[in-house]
Amino acid sequence: MEESIRCARSVHARPSLRRWVTALSTALVFSAAAGTTLAQAWEPTRTVEFIVPAGTGGGADQMARFIQGIIQKNNLMKQSLIVVNKGGGAGAEGFLEVKNAKGDPHKIVITLSNLFTTGLSTGTFDWTEFTPVSMMALDQFVLWVNAKSPAKSATEFIEQARAAGGKMRMGGTGARQEDQIITVSIERAAKVKFTYIPFKGGGEVATQLVGGHVDSTVNNPIEAVAQWRAGGLRPLCVFDDERMPYTARVTDTMSWNDIPTCREAGVPTDYVMLRGIFMPGGVTPAQRDYFVGLMRRVRETPEWKRFIAEGAFNPTALEGDAFVKWLTRAKEEHRGLMKEAGWVTK
Amino acid sequence: MDELQSLLHGFAIALTWQNLMLMFLGIVLGVLIGVLPGLGGANGIAILLPLTFTMSPTSAIILLSCIYWGALFGGAITSILFNIPGEPWSVATTFDGHPMARQGRAGEALTAAFTGSFIGAFFAVVMITFLAPMVAQFALRFGPPEYFAVYLLAFCSFVGMGKGSPWKTIAAMMLGFALAAVGMDTVTGQLRMTFGSTELMRGFDFLVAVIGLFGIGEILLTMEEGLEFKGRSAKIDARVVWSTWKQLPRFWATSIRGVLIGCWMGVTPGGATPASFMSYGVARQMSKNGHNFGKGEMEGVVAPEVAAHAAGTSALLPMLALGIPGSPTAAVLLGGLLIWGLQPGPLLFVEQKDFVWGLIASMYLGNIVGLIVVLTTVPLFAAILRIPFSIIAPVIIVVCAIGAYTVNNAMLDVWLMMLFGVAGYVFKKLDYPMAPMVLALVLGDRAEDSFRQAMLMSQGSLSILWQNWLVGSISALAIALLLWPFLAPLRARFKARPGAA
Repeated sequence: MEESIRCARSVHARPSLRRWVTALSTALVFSAAAGTTLAQAWEPTRTVEFIVPAGTGGGADQMARFIQGIIQKNNLMKQSLIVVNKGGGAGAEGFLEVKNAKGDPHKIVITLSNLFTTGLSTGTFDWTEFTPVSMMALDQFVLWVNAKSPAKSATEFIEQARAAGGKMRMGGTGARQEDQIITVSIERAAKVKFTYIPFKGGGEVATQLVGGHVDSTVNNPIEAVAQWRAGGLRPLCVFDDERMPYTARVTDTMSWNDIPTCREAGVPTDYVMLRGIFMPGGVTPAQRDYFVGLMRRVRETPEWKRFIAEGAFNPTALEGDAFVKWLTRAKEEHRGLMKEAGWVTK
Repeated sequence: MDELQSLLHGFAIALTWQNLMLMFLGIVLGVLIGVLPGLGGANGIAILLPLTFTMSPTSAIILLSCIYWGALFGGAITSILFNIPGEPWSVATTFDGHPMARQGRAGEALTAAFTGSFIGAFFAVVMITFLAPMVAQFALRFGPPEYFAVYLLAFCSFVGMGKGSPWKTIAAMMLGFALAAVGMDTVTGQLRMTFGSTELMRGFDFLVAVIGLFGIGEILLTMEEGLEFKGRSAKIDARVVWSTWKQLPRFWATSIRGVLIGCWMGVTPGGATPASFMSYGVARQMSKNGHNFGKGEMEGVVAPEVAAHAAGTSALLPMLALGIPGSPTAAVLLGGLLIWGLQPGPLLFVEQKDFVWGLIASMYLGNIVGLIVVLTTVPLFAAILRIPFSIIAPVIIVVCAIGAYTVNNAMLDVWLMMLFGVAGYVFKKLDYPMAPMVLALVLGDRAEDSFRQAMLMSQGSLSILWQNWLVGSISALAIALLLWPFLAPLRARFKARPGAA
């Protein structure tokens, strides 16, 4: 309730603030200060393109369209926002478009791990060529097995995989991307081998596991929650350094919080996926700040909070230097992991 | 009869004035989206999705699903009139639909297509109503080897398509496979045949190829033949609907096969496009009039349309019951469900009864509304062919260009469309069949992915294609269909022998 009031107020506050700024800048029109005042009040002057470097219907696409819906429903932006999918070449198509739109403030892009993975494997772009706006959330990964599987814990699962000698099938989305990175990390941490089978989408992977065509997956919570609740899947551990904070029951007996971390379950691996917003390089600080503020208002809406809780996201949101620091570290981690797996040489 | 009771309850929810208005609006929008090539149902729904966030989930899904029905209906219109498939699943409709239009039977072809669509959708909804949980369980049995077997079946059922030299058929199919391989490879994550071009990373879009090959190619041919539509002398008769309906009951067997193929392909996410090709191919081989297919046989319009619509409708079932989308459009709807606060999956039928049964009831109503809307437009659309070619041809080219652009918002696609147009013209002139190439382009990479996934699973052993009764019987059926042209004469001889003895 409190949130909706705050949100309503911010909508009303904006036009009067703008009027105030206009009045002030008119008053100071001959003074040197006018330039900076105007620059601080930058706003989009035409339709903003929201690029999704992935196909329609996936996790990034859902989040982008959800943000678009929140902005529209709560009137957070005067100009309209359109979502454009550019998923070719594991997202390279979308990222290269943003890279080539240097200085264009009417373009934003939502990223997933392919910001690092595709960038590293194709060598065509790097996150430092974009302007970081904000981290919206981190997506979790959970180790899932079929509910009929004999493995009740991550430790038992690893023993089973070791006994199978590399024949256990791990299903995942795409090749040389987050799911396979996690698979390789488990292999290294626990000294086992899996047969990794790449599929096109996360929903398909979860269904393949329910149908028993693969033995395990590392689906995001939102991709697998429906099957978990219906009793088709069993979560073994979450790949994060602490448990998920959501204590509301999801099934009859368990909440997200009841899933142990893989570290405490004896498989020392963690991995989270960035859900962040970037702009092209070369935009002005005022232009960047506009979108930082916009995304902050999006995160304050009750709709966003519900979305984050239902998808069991890690609700960490970062801006500015903290975000840049996180990105620098994450890129190095990806480079390390991909190098160990032999996918990149640099 | 719990289902009947729930269904009646659903009708009570769906039958409000507001929802009926939304249905009408959705169908009209959908038909327009279907008519514009390139702007597919998935894009249309994705664009309109944010508008629905303020509606109740039931009203929202009624609006969006009606856009989907409308697009399914509308795809047939341009296929028949101008040989331009508005949607991927109406490619097979052009094979006989356009020749019919050239003979001045556009009205009949449109009526047959719309009615076929309605029949397909109706039976698929009946299946969803009564068999949902069972069918959803069946869909779970499909892993990579099963998918590959299904795609193999689609190729095999279509192999007899090329009437000319089998070498030309194979050459066209191989070209399709090569084009399908361009872009990112799912299994290794590496780029293939992009030659460093960013634009080629997304691969060749099937729709762009089809708009060019069929639409632009056809216009080039017409230009050569005298700048005039063949079908323009057509009589426009308001009773064309009735006279066509009188002929339709003859195609009951084709319709049943179409419904079965469609429901099956829709539930196991094969989708409407392979379903329409498969149904056409099977009808061509099984029908008495098979030899006339491609020359304007009404059965050749009914077969793909029944299957496409049955598949498009039943594709919603795995989305609702399992949370997996059976088609790109269903994938976008799935995103919508999450945003409206509903969790698709096995429990949706238990927890959200009003929503599920309201939706199912709206499927019945939406398709009836859709049939009425599109049938009243038949004389109108058929009349378009009377517009002089010199006026309509530039309009068609512009619409095609816009369509090709919208697929990926890329200018390169417009040039590719032109290129495919020239290729389509050359294909026709040299008598190379286009259908095998199109089929390979649309199913090639999916077939390749599932084959390689299956090979990873079996550590490289082909025996995985016979590992259980399901995949084994599909594989066997595929091979039987492949050999059908050779088996048919044998069977005839076998039949003749007892008579002679």
